[in-house]
Amino acid sequence: MSRRRVGLTGNEAVALAWKQIRPHVVAAYPITPATQIVERFSEYVAQGEVDTEFVAAESEHSALSACVGAAAAGARVLTATASQGLALMHEVLYIASGLRLPIVMNVANRALSAPINIHGDHSDTMGSRDAGWVQIYARSVQDAYDRTLLAVWVAERARLPVMVCLDGFTLTHSLEPLEVYPDEAVQTFLGEAPTDGYTLLGGEPITVGPLALPDSYMEFRRALAAAMERVPQVLEEGVRAFRAHFGQDLPSLVDARGTEDAEVALVVLGSYADAVEQAALRARVRGQRAGFVRVVTFRPFPTTPLREALGGVREVVVLERADTLSGLGGPLGVEVRAALYDLEVRPRFTDVIFGLGGRELRDEELDNLLRAGPPGGVVYLGVEGSRVLELA
Amino acid sequence: MATDWQALDRGPVIPGASSVAYRTGDWRQERPVLDLQRCVHCMLCWLYCPDSAIRVAAGRVVGVDYDHCKGCGVCAAVCPPRASAIRMVPEGAA
Repeated sequence: MSRRRVGLTGNEAVALAWKQIRPHVVAAYPITPATQIVERFSEYVAQGEVDTEFVAAESEHSALSACVGAAAAGARVLTATASQGLALMHEVLYIASGLRLPIVMNVANRALSAPINIHGDHSDTMGSRDAGWVQIYARSVQDAYDRTLLAVWVAERARLPVMVCLDGFTLTHSLEPLEVYPDEAVQTFLGEAPTDGYTLLGGEPITVGPLALPDSYMEFRRALAAAMERVPQVLEEGVRAFRAHFGQDLPSLVDARGTEDAEVALVVLGSYADAVEQAALRARVRGQRAGFVRVVTFRPFPTTPLREALGGVREVVVLERADTLSGLGGPLGVEVRAALYDLEVRPRFTDVIFGLGGRELRDEELDNLLRAGPPGGVVYLGVEGSRVLELA
Repeated sequence: MATDWQALDRGPVIPGASSVAYRTGDWRQERPVLDLQRCVHCMLCWLYCPDSAIRVAAGRVVGVDYDHCKGCGVCAAVCPPRASAIRMVPEGAA
């Protein structure tokens, strides 16, 4: 298979993936830092390079509502948003998953107001973590491109909506080398949008989303939970098909390295995986046995692979760019702890909240954290006045 | 009667055009009673009825579909005052 190697930003790479996916419908509303995804894609539409029905909606709520209608009609549907836009979609997120519609959405992760900020953190998608969407976090521009293609395959087979998250600016606006697969290979990989004919445009009239009162609502929600429970299997099949079509290996749930003999393991989500993995490698050079775990898929939560990776580790450090404001630390830390609770021997645990609103995490801050030994509990790294900063 | 959750993997999608099968008539607290002697067949009640519960045949009002009429009283309200062919009567009253 002949690949092209180009330099693209994360947003441009996602727009290119969209063009190759050839969705029937895109409905979206622009918002920093996701704007260029839809902007670039609308140029493809205007130039006739893709025959997508492009709906420029008047809000994110309307955009996702249009996606819901189109997906219920059997269309292959894509959208993109970020931050406040995702927050405005919140109501419709639950409708998309509850109706089992395979919508794929790229989220350019960005902080939430107030105070207003356009830069990257995971507050936005963490606010949607219980909305019944599969959530996948990209590590690089290539990963954002690959996983956008994969997400369509997975969404249509799991019959669930999928968010592919890429860190605002760190990935959306960073130019990286990208291996682009041929259009035909993408089309072969995805095939026709699978339909059971049970859509609004099918032969028989149907009602999508009827009232379900106490006598049936809980059965629908249990079925939705079961659909999410099956996603790891679907993802596993998806990455196998991906490898077969594109020759590219993608970890499906977590990517764990050096945890087998680790005394300390660093757990991270998204684009800071590179910096954190490098910090673990530097610690190894210093003689500290450090491991690295990247959570690729946050929903469904990869409980089993995390238990396997972290089961024998004495010290676990979760590094994350969101906070629950509950006193329990960030959402990733809360869930990693919950996943490890049933272990016979539980590791000591530190939850490090960093990088909110695009605050940079410096290598020396990571090194200092590992040198001094994780303090345990919840710490905010890189904040003026923080005790961890004083370790430097 | 609930369905087992295992049978609901397609999500909340049901056969369409089901509103006829869904009897809403028992929601009623008051029922419209039509006096065909007074009716001028202006069709306003048929036009305004939100449940399509005014029965019509050959361009004339012939009765009320009590299986689906929810008793909202819109028909009685729009009936021309000089005709006043529709009275709302408490459900259960003669």
